[in-house]
Amino acid sequence: MTGTMLEFHGRGIVPGVVEAEALVTTETISGFGGIDVATGTVIEPRHELFGVCFTGKVLVFPGAKGSSGWSGFFQSTRLLGTAPAAFVFNVMTTKAALGAIVTRIPTVVGASPDPVATIRTGDLVRVDGDRGIVTVLSR
Amino acid sequence: MHLTDEEKRMRDGAEGEAVAAAMDLLIRYGEALGAERLCDTRNVAGTMTQPSPAKAKLVEEGGWAKAFAVINLDCDDDIEVPRMRVPTCQLQHGYSDDAAGLSKYSVANIELQGSAESYFSERGVNILATCTPYQVGNLPVRNEHCAWMESSAVVYCNSVLGARTNCEGAASTGAAGLTGKIPYWGNHVPENRHANRLVRADVPVESFQDWGMFGYFVGEQVEEERPAVIGSLAQPDLANLKHFGAATATSGGVEIYHIPGITPEAPTLEAAFGGRDVPDAVAYGPAERRAVYETLNSQGDSDDVDFILLGCPHASLDQIAEIARLLDGRRLRDGTELWVMTPRALRIMADRNGYTAAIERAGGKLLTDSCPAMSKAAPDGVRVFATDSAKQAHYLPAILGIEAWFGTLDECVSAALTGKWRGELAA
Repeated sequence: MTGTMLEFHGRGIVPGVVEAEALVTTETISGFGGIDVATGTVIEPRHELFGVCFTGKVLVFPGAKGSSGWSGFFQSTRLLGTAPAAFVFNVMTTKAALGAIVTRIPTVVGASPDPVATIRTGDLVRVDGDRGIVTVLSR
Repeated sequence: MHLTDEEKRMRDGAEGEAVAAAMDLLIRYGEALGAERLCDTRNVAGTMTQPSPAKAKLVEEGGWAKAFAVINLDCDDDIEVPRMRVPTCQLQHGYSDDAAGLSKYSVANIELQGSAESYFSERGVNILATCTPYQVGNLPVRNEHCAWMESSAVVYCNSVLGARTNCEGAASTGAAGLTGKIPYWGNHVPENRHANRLVRADVPVESFQDWGMFGYFVGEQVEEERPAVIGSLAQPDLANLKHFGAATATSGGVEIYHIPGITPEAPTLEAAFGGRDVPDAVAYGPAERRAVYETLNSQGDSDDVDFILLGCPHASLDQIAEIARLLDGRRLRDGTELWVMTPRALRIMADRNGYTAAIERAGGKLLTDSCPAMSKAAPDGVRVFATDSAKQAHYLPAILGIEAWFGTLDECVSAALTGKWRGELAA
């Protein structure tokens, strides 16, 4: 990417800094019934990420939906080694907040401009959970 | 986040390592949410006992104390788990021994769960083993602060009972059981409980199926928001509201809804909105109803049905009675399985009333503690299932890779008797 570096300012809710490729969806994600924890893959049939693996990616998504199992399912991805590298999401909910904490990956919430609309799948991004900043490093 | 002196002492270890770890988790969680403080709760509904591959590994490494520390407290230290500080119950978990041998769900898992039940019940956890604790005696009162997980229970707790809970998880409920604390955020705050969306049913919503489809529509429309619903709504019963709420929490993330004149925080439409402007209504008409039906039935091709699942959320005694009546004196078609899922406490009543025997004489099964979605196991070799639950029709194809049909109880029972799906949307 040329020109100014894209930077998004929000609130860091889980500390830590990582750099990884982004995986972006405009659709909310279900934990229970929505992901397979053994493979780190979205399994909800009508989801735009159906069949896509999020392991090691910066998962950029609007927020969590569905069952309260959300946090436990993403926690299992950590325990089984299939977790995303970081979370960037827009809408704060108990499911997503607790999920981020127990997945123990840097997390930024409510960033501006809207990361879901701006970051593209495949962009290399840095997520700074200490300062609440997401940066697109290259695309 | 502001902490009381008592909370600081708990955080600093005055009540032991487990309570300190629990407070640490609640503080991290509360701060992530942006909560200003914690609040007291004496009603926790969580999940500790159900086996999963990750949990089984932790139990092998360090027993249930290790599994509880990591999964229910997000803590890697070796700790002793004391008795829960406040009343805490176990929600649904893996299959009980009444399901042994009926599916690929392993006997090892059933045994592991048995040991978990002993461990946690000794620490004060009531093993209600149901997604519907309100059907078996855990009935919080209006305005009571709760820490519940299980999306269908959460929406019932807030909307129908008028108690206050967010959609908690395994870790926050584990921490709440040991501390009697939960972040004062979201649905705990009165002004956050008012409706902000309006949905109007222009077609009659009367039957169990109607309430499920309407709920699925409402959830898709409002996602995480707080709907009030009005229109051609018949007087609902417990099963209707259980199904409606579960569907809103499946297609969306609804945690509270209001039905003016029915649910406790909405004596009127104006009250549902807390005096704020009432928005224009989203209409649920014949076309929308048809679209929901087709969505829920878009995951079935073959009309050769081999599995019928009833009781999601867990069946009430009245629902079991109706299933028993429909099956009485009849026989399932060979090669067709019918499971009814219910809390164990209700099964005991179903046994006494002869409902269990009627279902079993027909070749069906009344099973407790869990469901195929939770346990990720159905009868061996199942390819096409039918259900009267919008929630199971939504989840099971993804979880088990099988086809789904959604219909009425009559249609489901008929499919069990004939092995053929003949459902259609009544006009």
